[in-house]
Amino acid sequence: MPILRVESVSKRFGGLEALRDVTFSLYEGQIKALIGPNGAGKTTLFNLVSAIEAPTEGSIVFAGKEITGMTSDRACRVGIGRTFQHSKLFDDMSVLDNVKVGRHAKSNAGLLAAFFTTPRHRREEQAITEASIRALRRVGIEEHAAAQAGSLPLGERHLLEIARALATEPRVLLLDEPAAGLNNEETDRLADSVRRIRDEGITVLLVEHDMGFVMNISDEVVVLDYGRKIAEGPPLMIQNDEEVIRAYLGADL
Amino acid sequence: MNGGRLLTFARRHSAFAMFAVVALGAPIFLNNAYYLSVLAFTATRLMISLGLNLLMGQAGQISLGHAAFVGIGAYGSAIMTTRWHMDPWLAMALAACIAAFAAVIIGIPTLKLKGHYLALATLGVGEIVFILLVQTKSLTNGTDGLTGIPALAVGGLRFTQYNPRAFHLLVWGVALVMLLISLNLSDSRVGRSLKGLHRSEVAARSLGVDTAFHKVQIFVVSAVFASIAGSFYAYYVQYISPDSFTLTFSVLLVTGVVIGGLGSVWGAVWGTLLVALLPEYLRQYDDYTNLVFGILVIVIMIFLPTGMIGVPALLGKWRRGISGGGRPSSGAAMTEGTGTADGGTV
Amino acid sequence: MSFDQFLQYIVSGITNGSIYALTALGFTLIYNATDIINFAQGEFVMLGGLTAVSLHRLGLPLPVAFCGAVLIVMLVGIIFELLAIRPLLKASVLAQIIVTIGASLAFRTFAMIFWGRDSLPLPAFSGETPIKIFGARMTPQSLWVMGLTLVIVVALQLFYRRTLAGKAVRACSVNPEAARLMGISYSRVVLISFAVSAAISAAGGVLITPSSFMGYGSGAMIGLKGFAAAILGGLGSPIGAVLGGLALGVLESLAVGVVSAGYKDAVAFLILLAVLFVRPQGLMGQRPVEKV
Repeated sequence: MPILRVESVSKRFGGLEALRDVTFSLYEGQIKALIGPNGAGKTTLFNLVSAIEAPTEGSIVFAGKEITGMTSDRACRVGIGRTFQHSKLFDDMSVLDNVKVGRHAKSNAGLLAAFFTTPRHRREEQAITEASIRALRRVGIEEHAAAQAGSLPLGERHLLEIARALATEPRVLLLDEPAAGLNNEETDRLADSVRRIRDEGITVLLVEHDMGFVMNISDEVVVLDYGRKIAEGPPLMIQNDEEVIRAYLGADL
Repeated sequence: MNGGRLLTFARRHSAFAMFAVVALGAPIFLNNAYYLSVLAFTATRLMISLGLNLLMGQAGQISLGHAAFVGIGAYGSAIMTTRWHMDPWLAMALAACIAAFAAVIIGIPTLKLKGHYLALATLGVGEIVFILLVQTKSLTNGTDGLTGIPALAVGGLRFTQYNPRAFHLLVWGVALVMLLISLNLSDSRVGRSLKGLHRSEVAARSLGVDTAFHKVQIFVVSAVFASIAGSFYAYYVQYISPDSFTLTFSVLLVTGVVIGGLGSVWGAVWGTLLVALLPEYLRQYDDYTNLVFGILVIVIMIFLPTGMIGVPALLGKWRRGISGGGRPSSGAAMTEGTGTADGGTV
Repeated sequence: MSFDQFLQYIVSGITNGSIYALTALGFTLIYNATDIINFAQGEFVMLGGLTAVSLHRLGLPLPVAFCGAVLIVMLVGIIFELLAIRPLLKASVLAQIIVTIGASLAFRTFAMIFWGRDSLPLPAFSGETPIKIFGARMTPQSLWVMGLTLVIVVALQLFYRRTLAGKAVRACSVNPEAARLMGISYSRVVLISFAVSAAISAAGGVLITPSSFMGYGSGAMIGLKGFAAAILGGLGSPIGAVLGGLALGVLESLAVGVVSAGYKDAVAFLILLAVLFVRPQGLMGQRPVEKV
């Protein structure tokens, strides 16, 4: 049984049809990429899977549970984590604090505990700090823990977004253009991190424009164009698919 | 707490400890009953400001009707003690519950919406409460106000204007507790989630933070702080009238927090002291102080978003001649464009 | 309530409602251009009325005082935008709103210092003898208010639909990035919005002063009711603002007749809360009110 099943999903914004009848599955342990020209509907699909928006038609089932109708914070608690295309880091908070927010759902000291710094609160803070540092370590940026998030260079910012999402202990991680703006070295580092994440048991669905990165790292690729799925399969097959090439792949490869 | 733990506590919260000592020790040096009463009012203002700071600085929401919650505390306590002869402490607690309930009712529908609907809703509530206070004469005596409010007492000790030292210790004690818990909140799971929620609600929710719940929760806390302050005010002056709970008062409360520095608990402290004490200092120019505050708010938002509390940091940077290298923390929060393009591109 | 009385209430409701409509429109113009909720909107109304009073006291005839007041307050709006709003256009909406809150406090206090604490009158535009139209007795001032409001609303429509500047402003509120790419200057659009908004609010202030007098604090209440009207009509919808204003005026007026005069002011706020709780997008619901 797939860990994520997107079934005949459509999304309309007023008169604009962003997605039409999209169906695909994500299996545990896969790294799957979602590609397509600009405006194809990739980020909209991400927003649907992470429950930021609800599909107009169709259903999304995650680990046997219907996502449609959930709030996005509930989707996170159920096991869907994500990063954002336009970085939504808390820039004026420290790197470590950013990740600590990711531990919110895995801890539960409430307002009163916070007000009066009870022993339970202190123990939990300790656990949160340790788990957060581990998350930073998983992407290799733990030495920046005390720095202000806004001061990090782009490559580290992307890694921080990932670390923060990892802290929520997701089963599926949605990466929205994680390689955007990165140079070759940073992209390689990112690829290593993503593979390590998969090896730790997390399924990855990513959106990317960097074809080299996509072909290198994915097990399977789904191609969208004008809101519809036009191809799905292993990278090599996609590269040679005529419709895909017609849609937008050019000399990029 | 034994001596050793008190000492570690004091070392960790040295700023707070010093402030507490000065605040609580003031009556030793101040004999003047008038000045002591000014300080008593300042303590109640501080309680309200701390609550507002949690709402505005941490959660990024504005309440323009907080006078309503102060009024609920004051009138609730006054009515329950004068008409129903309730124990003042119990009345204070009950009034706080009413304020909390009101905050839940107002908060749940409005905080669900994106944008600043809470500001408008609290504006409306503030006005409605004021009108109710004036119109329901049978309950509130309208513009004549309520007199004969009993004072708080513990055993034989009565906390009144005529026993200003005792009242000072009581009201500043409570204010200091609120200050401490506000400081503690910053460095906690809930505090961080609130800060994250303020900077990007979408991101916070994607990380599992139930933003609707937390916004309402902190709104309730701010309402309760305000209500308690209102009760203390009623028990101290022993007379209240609707004129004390106007829109201008609500606006001045927000002004104090902003001038001090949004997002900073100590900012709320200094801002409150300024807004409460300056008019006392400039008695003849009373009228002008509000004008100054209004302009100060604009100037601070443009040039010094970190507020008064950010001045030492900025002076330090200026002296060292360092430019750039990280914006001051609250300033960045204030100047970061939240924008409306939160969903990314299609 | 007899039919005659009912008609009276409707007339006075539409008269007051016209002022709410103008205030709500002013508020909506700024909101559409910038997402800012201008808490100083009511103060533009107040400044309009009081400036006209001063100009009239200086001996200027009423029409000149009217236009003078509108121009002066428009200038105030422009200066306000340049000094207080423009520096913060890239900042968070929270910061911008706080600035308007500070401004409203400053304007109010300035008015109290400059004009004193009393509410000041203006003479009625063309006398006080009531006129009877279709069974309702109206003062000439009511006719002036309703008539000039209509003129202003129509003029505004023409401006936004027929002139290039107006279309530029509309383009900006619909899609700021595309507008910018086409060479439309966002900061100029904001400036125009503030200027027009201040002008029409000031006009409202002058119109209402003869019958209701204007004091330093009167603007606050009118501003609040303007917000309520704008929310009722649908935040961001100019037609909604006008309809909301008129509706609010009439409902308020009827409430005085049916309930009591003391609670008159509460009507606006009860409507505000009701709309926010039940149907946040208001009657005309243009901009989607996103649930987060």
